[in-house]
Amino acid sequence: MSFGPRPWQQRHWDWRAAANFVFGGAGVGLIVAITIAWQDSPATRAMMLGGAALVGLGLTGVWLEIGRPLRALHVYFNPRTSWMSREALASLPLLGCALLAALTGAFAWALGAALSALAFLYCQGRILQGSKGIPAWREPWVTPLIFTTGLAEGAGLYLAASVWIADVAPAALTLLSALALARVLVWRGYRSRVARHCDRRALAPLDAAGGTLWWAGTVLPLAALIFAQLAASAAAPLATDFAAPLAALAGLAALGAGWLVKFTLVTRASFNQGFSLPVLPVRGTRS
Amino acid sequence: MTRWAMVADLRRCVGCQTCTAACKHANATPPGVQWRRVLDMEVGEYPNVKRAFVPVGCMHCDDPPCMHVCPSTATKKRADGMVTIDYDLCIGCGYCAVACPYQARYKTDRASFAYGKAMDDEQARFDAGRVAVATKCTFCADRIDAGLEKGLKPGVDPDATPACVNSCIAHALHFGDVEDPASNISNLLAENRHFRMHEELGTGPRFYYLWDKVRS
Repeated sequence: MSFGPRPWQQRHWDWRAAANFVFGGAGVGLIVAITIAWQDSPATRAMMLGGAALVGLGLTGVWLEIGRPLRALHVYFNPRTSWMSREALASLPLLGCALLAALTGAFAWALGAALSALAFLYCQGRILQGSKGIPAWREPWVTPLIFTTGLAEGAGLYLAASVWIADVAPAALTLLSALALARVLVWRGYRSRVARHCDRRALAPLDAAGGTLWWAGTVLPLAALIFAQLAASAAAPLATDFAAPLAALAGLAALGAGWLVKFTLVTRASFNQGFSLPVLPVRGTRS
Repeated sequence: MTRWAMVADLRRCVGCQTCTAACKHANATPPGVQWRRVLDMEVGEYPNVKRAFVPVGCMHCDDPPCMHVCPSTATKKRADGMVTIDYDLCIGCGYCAVACPYQARYKTDRASFAYGKAMDDEQARFDAGRVAVATKCTFCADRIDAGLEKGLKPGVDPDATPACVNSCIAHALHFGDVEDPASNISNLLAENRHFRMHEELGTGPRFYYLWDKVRS
């Protein structure tokens, strides 16, 4: 491993830490999407459980990452300043409410889960932003990026699951398109800001992931939305047959693109800033 | 109020790495872990190339990001400015390591020794409590505290001074109380132009680099 002075890729957080952002973000996004379109049914309850399971999977990734897993409860010790502690605290009402919503079918529990999910997602963004050693993470735009992509991924997952286990809700496709659009706008803001202080080796993988985010994560959902609208207005059987699979594909593409961006951000774009001297020593002058 | 700080005179450092070796000896750090290391930096292009040796490590910041992000409260800041880690509280999440702009923190997931199997001296000084948790330069806090109890002056008396400073063959490294206007390092800072690494991040590092004398 290099120890500088040039920036080098951090090795402290790997795929296990990325799993928290990947699965946790999508899970809370799914819970929010379910709550927005809440209609008590076995499918809805199953999706609520699925969202909670994704969050649990992400937290398990973190648990596998930490050096002392038996001390995991210490993560709750510093909510005063640590966004990691706050994320862990937000996960408690999130998982509790989601499980109760799945058990009882009551909207109130779903609402509680969704509000906790939003807090959880915000904490995830701030966790990265608080990492001052990594220029690609400490950029303030990373928080809205993590927030919007989590919601877009959840909406995509909800849309894909809806196609599979229930009818396609037109509102879900509209929601996904809106979130995908918001996400790509935030991405552009993030990308332009981060270029100012990031190593080129960090920007290259980000740009590759950004291309996927644009085409698969944005253009495809928008195309699916337009196609679905056309199919609905034309009432052509062939178009209607294609609308649902295309919507599911758009949902999965939005999900995958978000996952790729976050995985890349955590594991491949996480170069530190190395060391630099603002001035060089002037030798032979010591008094 | 005492505020311990370190000064590195970049005009004097010759990059011999004696401080690195002294630190490893004093703190029994495993292979690959260098709480005090010296960078060899080349700047410019031939024929206008300059070279500088830059000691780095934990900067014991005024506003340490590692402390704020630590979820377990293992990282703390003492009243005298030293940033410490409680190995019994640390969960080894590595958040502090990615929050540190100076790459000063290490985590070794398992015990490691220079030749694979622990030699007698390594076995004797092995501390299982430092495995799978964050570790970093302590400014030799134990040594300073013990010296103070004996009435010694850190930065002046070797028995109360960090091992890296004691070992420096070129008198490039200095340690002392930056809040005391009469201290050794306060005098050095007054007599010389200096900077701190990545100061723009607002962490307030307590590691100063001298690079030129003050010109009137």
